[in-house]
Amino acid sequence: MFRPSKHIREKYLEEEMWPSIFCQGCGIGTVMNATLRAIDKVGLDIDQTIFVSGIGCSSRVPGYLDADGLHTTHGRAIAFATGVKLANPELTVIVFTGDGDMAGIGGNHFIHAARRNVDLTVICVNNYNYGMTGTQVSPTTPVGGITMTSPYGNVESPFDLSALAIGAGAAYVAKWATMYPHEMMTAIKKGIEKKGFAFIETLAACPTGYGRKNKMKEGKDHMLWCKENTIGKSRYERLSEQEQNSCGKIVIGELRNIEKPEFTAEWSKLVEQHYME
Amino acid sequence: MRQVISGNEATSLAVKLARVAAISAYPITPQTTISEKLSEICGSGELNAKFVKVESEHSAMATLIGAASTGVRTFTATSAQGLALMHELLFWASGARLPIVLVDVNRAMAAPWTIWCDQTDSLAQRDTGWLQFYCWSNQEIFDSIICSFKIAEELLVPCMVCYDGFFSSHTYEAVDVAGQSEVDRFLPPRKAEYFLDTKNPQTFSGGTLPGYFMEFRYKLQQAFDRAHGVIDRTYGEFAEQFGRKYDNIESYFTDDAEAVLVASGSAASTALHTVRKLRLDGKKVGLLRIRQLRPFPEQALIDALKPGQQLGVLDRNLSPGTGGVFTQEIRAALGRQGKNQPVYEFVAGLGGRDITENDIKTIFAMLGNGQGDLTQINWVGLKT
Ligand SMILES: Cc1ncc(C[n+]2csc(CCOP(=O)(O)OP(=O)(O)O)c2C)c(N)n1
Ligand code: SF4
Ligand SMILES: [Mg+2]
Repeated sequence: MFRPSKHIREKYLEEEMWPSIFCQGCGIGTVMNATLRAIDKVGLDIDQTIFVSGIGCSSRVPGYLDADGLHTTHGRAIAFATGVKLANPELTVIVFTGDGDMAGIGGNHFIHAARRNVDLTVICVNNYNYGMTGTQVSPTTPVGGITMTSPYGNVESPFDLSALAIGAGAAYVAKWATMYPHEMMTAIKKGIEKKGFAFIETLAACPTGYGRKNKMKEGKDHMLWCKENTIGKSRYERLSEQEQNSCGKIVIGELRNIEKPEFTAEWSKLVEQHYME
Repeated sequence: MRQVISGNEATSLAVKLARVAAISAYPITPQTTISEKLSEICGSGELNAKFVKVESEHSAMATLIGAASTGVRTFTATSAQGLALMHELLFWASGARLPIVLVDVNRAMAAPWTIWCDQTDSLAQRDTGWLQFYCWSNQEIFDSIICSFKIAEELLVPCMVCYDGFFSSHTYEAVDVAGQSEVDRFLPPRKAEYFLDTKNPQTFSGGTLPGYFMEFRYKLQQAFDRAHGVIDRTYGEFAEQFGRKYDNIESYFTDDAEAVLVASGSAASTALHTVRKLRLDGKKVGLLRIRQLRPFPEQALIDALKPGQQLGVLDRNLSPGTGGVFTQEIRAALGRQGKNQPVYEFVAGLGGRDITENDIKTIFAMLGNGQGDLTQINWVGLKT
């Protein structure tokens, strides 16, 4: 169980729900910690914030928060969240999801919400597997990754979730790892403040599942893995084209931050226009 | 060879021995260990099958519809939310007359979230045109899957084999696992008459005007009518070769019974255990175990009942607004046959609550002393 500072704990956590179900060394706690600190920094009114999630370990987060939460069916969190936002645009809507939930079974909702640029903040815990059901191959399992359904190594190409979000039209996209909680917090803060679809991908350890099968049995192993296998965006951009192509590292950082018309606002404008006529 | 295995392992072994060529599945508790075992068997080359690890159950069924249309043998397994997500394509599989075999490890439907057993998930699919079997032991799971391929492929109707989540899926029992040559002898390779064939191009399931649609449905119903005979014959052949005989309704101590309970799945084994105990106390009670929902074994049910018996049905499921699905099916069958037999309805064990020996005793006590209510659901073990 992770222990946030007293202030955060008392302000945002649902005391009765603790301790959590998260395994020792699980990355979800760090992402949750960063999220709560971001919320605190923004000064969000937690009573005007809705947390929506699907199914998976990462989707359990809203259950531990002392805020309104909508725990929905597997993969559909973003669709439910779109409904919440449309019906009441005044609310801040934050979606907590996992790689399987969001990019597997719910992939369609993800790309379409990004395309529409609905004002949601989607935080995805990418732990490269279906953790909750016991380590099965997911759309982000690296090639060669060992899981219970790829016991001889995964042969499918994984999604780059952030690239997918950018391609689909998201207004804000950042990718961080639990190795960088402070940067992650800043990205989540910016995502919440963004008027439009904000996507924060967080590379996280699942020591019980993916980690155990892929030589990252402890939480710290994933940290070290991240250190070796990721490169900051600004550093990456300073590399020559040839170096970029051969570095083989995951680029992390703020990958997109643009202004574009937001769906609920555009919709209201349309209604107003026709209502006036 | 006798092995001590879980219900889910019995499934994986049966699928391997049936030489399935295409498998597609998405993880969901309590089914997941089936797909895990099958990935291992396919990955190691023990079974020469393509296993597609799709992104949802809807895609799993779609993949199998494609694969089965090429004439090969196909399999998937799921539970609850996964089966519900397949709903649209379940109709498609039966309408396209594809003999896909699916295992549903019974789990209650959310909301609220649960992973525990009841049978509402598969019973809710009863109108989709799939044969449905319900098992109570790991041996029966193994045998039913082998038989299902044969039955489904003869009738060109898809088939669902159901058993209780955790109670059966994760419980270990001794199972007589047949050898490959024995299974091959019983279950030859699928021989599809109509399939996607580059040498003889055909298009399937295209737009159908009102002039023909009804006839497609009539033919499907005819297949279900024929199913009674095909299933009986297949069980006969199976018994001859393997020495284990199945019936779609099995009677235990019913000949002289004054009160008879109908039950299915793992609860039926608790019921049988209780019936045996009550018999030792001199109580004239009996059990009818129903193994098949589609086609509904109407004649077998009528044959199994004696006039004047108090009849109760144990339903581990609920169709809100009417009640237990087995009860409704049995009442309808009796009505169709002109039998004016009262049926007491008992709903128990929803969302994984245990159905205990005491619960079964309570039911028999209510049947015996007329305490049960005929006009409404008798809830068993409900907190009030
Ligand atoms: C329709 C449906 N299919 C399957 C499941 C089973 N299921 C629950 S959680 C989960 C995977 C979650 O993976 P991910 O979103 O990556 O979360 P993690 O546990 O890894 O954090 C699956 C397949 C389900 N609940 N509903
Ligand atoms: S299974 Fe993995 S994702 Fe789930 S709580 Fe454990 S470590 Fe975290
Ligand atoms: Mg995951």
